[in-house]
Amino acid sequence: MSRPTPDVVLCPGGPMLLRGEHLVMDDDGVEHPTTRPISAVCRCGKSATKPWCDGTHKVIPERLRP
Amino acid sequence: MHLPKPRGAFSEQLFAALLSGDPTTAARLPGPEAAEDAALALWCLYELSYRGFEEVDDRLEWAPELVAVRRGLEDDLEDRLRSRWSGRPAYDGDFATAFFAAVERHEGPSLARFVQRSATADQVMELLQARSLYHLKESDPVAFSVPRLPVAARAALMELQYDEYGGGRPERLHAHLFAEGLAALGLDATEGAYLDQTPLAVLEQNNAMSLFGLHRRLRGASLGHLAAFEATSSGPCRRMARGLERLALAPEMRAYYEEHVEADAVHEQLAVRLICQPLIEAEPETEDDVWFGAFSCLDLEDRVAHHYLDRWGESA
Ligand code: FES
Ligand SMILES: [Fe+2]
Ligand SMILES: [Fe+2]
Repeated sequence: MSRPTPDVVLCPGGPMLLRGEHLVMDDDGVEHPTTRPISAVCRCGKSATKPWCDGTHKVIPERLRP
Repeated sequence: MHLPKPRGAFSEQLFAALLSGDPTTAARLPGPEAAEDAALALWCLYELSYRGFEEVDDRLEWAPELVAVRRGLEDDLEDRLRSRWSGRPAYDGDFATAFFAAVERHEGPSLARFVQRSATADQVMELLQARSLYHLKESDPVAFSVPRLPVAARAALMELQYDEYGGGRPERLHAHLFAEGLAALGLDATEGAYLDQTPLAVLEQNNAMSLFGLHRRLRGASLGHLAAFEATSSGPCRRMARGLERLALAPEMRAYYEEHVEADAVHEQLAVRLICQPLIEAEPETEDDVWFGAFSCLDLEDRVAHHYLDRWGESA
């Protein structure tokens, strides 16, 4: 286990996990600081708490999931 | 916390043994009278490993007579949980996809939907009182699993737990957010305050988490339970928040649920992809129990939902 662990993990059909402290800019150019050790950035565009994932990707049709 | 009222001769004599400080009397207990009697007794024996009771000697946690009683109750509980499970699903491809799909396929009654749409304030209060039994210990049962895990799963579980415990900030610790929500609603935020009115289904739900967490042998079930819990949390927590808003109940409690919409969207990915999957890769013999724990989580919540929906005259 000497390989470094990725800081960014793309979850099939779901969010992008982001490890560590970051500033995330949303579609409207607004910046959001991360607040937890690891964050989930919405990739499906349907979250109600953008830029963060809120699990909505699970209830949209499969073909619309990232 | 104080000992609750007994629910039968078994819990009555067990509590008497706890109070006397002489555990040898616990070696002569009668069999439990009813499922509730047994579940409450087990809940209280587990409590000795969490915060304990003011009137009970802390050293009794490891008294051999009480460990023997606990063991008997745990064997019954584990047998019952396993008898409800029909085995792990067959799947092609990767575990994470299969796991999320299985959770999605599960259909059960939803208390959160009821709270969102039509529960009265009194019903919500009653539900939150029962939920307080676990939420005031949120994440504690699975914390016992940490030292029992292979390295990748252990690191990822700590990452998840660090968030549950507030990331170093007590004011963000999830159990504490729930306590603040209770207080804002005018409810008692002391642990165990509502133990006397907690129904069997909720006691059993709590006991299953302690059973899985406290036995190294059951680490797979502990993490499978965690993954299913997290994977069924974001949506229901949003509904709970909306219900609290509809009833204009304390914003502090709404904040607890809103935090979980976002936190558990992260935690479900962590639990499934970065905790359970690496556990199964490192220790394939744990996979059956991962699925068993996940099933138990969903099934026990269905039983809690049935209890309340029946009680409130709602069809599930
Ligand atoms: S990726 Fe999860 S809500 Fe968009
Ligand atoms: Fe939490
Ligand atoms: Fe969580």
